[in-house]
Amino acid sequence: MSSTFAAAAPARPSLRARLTSRPFLRAALPALSLALIIAWIAYLNPRAISYFGLSLMLNLAIPVVLATIAQMFVITVNDLDLSIGTFVSFVGCVTATWLHDAPALGLVALLGCILVYGLLGAIIHLRNIPSIVVTLGMSFVWQGLSILLLPKPGGKPPPWLFDLMHVKIPFVPMPIVAAILIGLGVHFALMRSSYGALIRGAGGNPQAIARAGWSLLRAKVAMFALAGLFGVFAGMALIGLTTSADANIGKGYALLSIAGVILGGGEFVGGRVSPIGAVIGALTLTLAGSLLTFMRISPDWQVAAQGGILIAVLAARALIGRREQAMT
Amino acid sequence: MSFGTRFALAAPVWIWSFLGALLVWLAAIIFTGGLGAFAMISGALGLAVFSVIVGLAQMFVITLGPGNVDLSLPANIGLASAVAMKVMDGSDARVGLGLVAALASGTLIGAGNYLLIRLLRIPPIIATLSLSFVIQSAGISYGRGLQIKPPPGFAEFTSAHIAGIPVLAIGTILFTLLAAVLLHKTIYGRSVLAIGQNRRAAFLAGIPVERVRFATYVMSGTLGGLCGALLAGYFRGSSLEIGDEYLLASIAVVVIGGTSVAGGRSNVTGIWGAALFLVLLLTMLNTFGVSAGLRQLVTGLVIIGVIIAAGGQKPAR
Repeated sequence: MSSTFAAAAPARPSLRARLTSRPFLRAALPALSLALIIAWIAYLNPRAISYFGLSLMLNLAIPVVLATIAQMFVITVNDLDLSIGTFVSFVGCVTATWLHDAPALGLVALLGCILVYGLLGAIIHLRNIPSIVVTLGMSFVWQGLSILLLPKPGGKPPPWLFDLMHVKIPFVPMPIVAAILIGLGVHFALMRSSYGALIRGAGGNPQAIARAGWSLLRAKVAMFALAGLFGVFAGMALIGLTTSADANIGKGYALLSIAGVILGGGEFVGGRVSPIGAVIGALTLTLAGSLLTFMRISPDWQVAAQGGILIAVLAARALIGRREQAMT
Repeated sequence: MSFGTRFALAAPVWIWSFLGALLVWLAAIIFTGGLGAFAMISGALGLAVFSVIVGLAQMFVITLGPGNVDLSLPANIGLASAVAMKVMDGSDARVGLGLVAALASGTLIGAGNYLLIRLLRIPPIIATLSLSFVIQSAGISYGRGLQIKPPPGFAEFTSAHIAGIPVLAIGTILFTLLAAVLLHKTIYGRSVLAIGQNRRAAFLAGIPVERVRFATYVMSGTLGGLCGALLAGYFRGSSLEIGDEYLLASIAVVVIGGTSVAGGRSNVTGIWGAALFLVLLLTMLNTFGVSAGLRQLVTGLVIIGVIIAAGGQKPAR
């Protein structure tokens, strides 16, 4: 994207200008904040940056990354999913009970979940109602279902899922490999494919996409169904890691996933999202907790640190935007 | 559009929420055989107060137009409840001080929200969300191990009744009237509506858009603080989760009450109908004796059903 921008502004084609151009800085910001956090952790405790240390710190990163990607799909079409946290909980409950005891039933239930998500997208589009309200309502539905299914914490992941989530990869910790694979996979599907461009267009300029003869309904249903799919992955991954479920296990994922998308350079409107950025954002937020531990700050402030990082990155982004405005 | 046609179009909007409330109330008393019909209303009025207060706050914010919403209300309520209880310190003499402290905490949060929106040029949803992270932590740290009971006089006041009607409900009805006057009769209220209808037109017409937005977010924060203090009195103590259910409640009450989510059109009366509807729905489910899980499931489905039935308005553009 930075190359097209440079072509549009032929007055500053030099490398230095390219490196300080707004799109480049914006794109580099998420990676920069992650690097900063890692450097800080390394400074406080050099031994943490090792195979074992990173595996431990990033233990729960995969579900967060998956939930963040789910949220990103919804944000692509200018909506917001406030129910993803309770949805992850519900998927967790299904995974730890039905998928373990009666795999066929569990599979059907999880496919049904994705169907429900697609349906939500259709309803939100057809009735033109705000996604915030619908998904807030859905968060009650998922929570209610979780409590009905699993009144007390418990359950067990299917053995294959447990094994999958505890795979050891030589040299590079598993969560990092998984994060890279997820980020690249979604990047190529959403940013490099023609239908991906179309979907982002549906978020950026819905009227133009509709007038060009494409179905906005289909775009919205597709994005919500994908969000459902990745929500299912997140819930399953979480149970595979934690080995038992409870009805509140996904608490906090809704806010965390939104923060991750925004942190990764996504914008709230206009179909401007970045899958790789979202993955980096999710990793940054996960590591923020470890950083606090190394700084000997009470875990009480973990959420504040996540909010603080979000505010700091947004402030940096606003500064970049302002400078760009001043230059033109 | 003449006033007559406007009224005809506006009237059903809030009527629906009251009809809904009536319906669930009837269902509940048919189940009990008419037992405790009045107590149910009285109890519902007492609980609806809190949804109405945050609902009014959220209504003014949502009326500002697309994207405007205050997601920091639950965290705000949680922190304010802790601040109020700590400052009051169980002493009736310090009730006033505690209330002022809770209101001040809310006001600061509101101002902080606006500051983030303005300085970082980010959508209010993201600004209020990121600030609520910080408030949550402040609440956890500040309220750690806090088990202070509210002053007896204050606790009594929050659940006192006059002729079977909760005092707080009477006060909130008066406050609602005030809010209606504020919205429809003052320059401020009209400016809020104008900005919600078309921000650019409002700006070109000389309305101080940013000042009005600032005032609205500050008011929302302050009302959140008030709600937190009252809740702590009503439930006999503060807790951080005390505000959790008011994120859905504040938004649902506004939308079910007939306020346009696209902004620029609000309905103050409908907030009461919607709040009573939601509280009576819970009362009904409780009298039916359903489990906690089923109760949540039904609440969620009903809210979604109502919103689907009401449908959305095309954004005014």
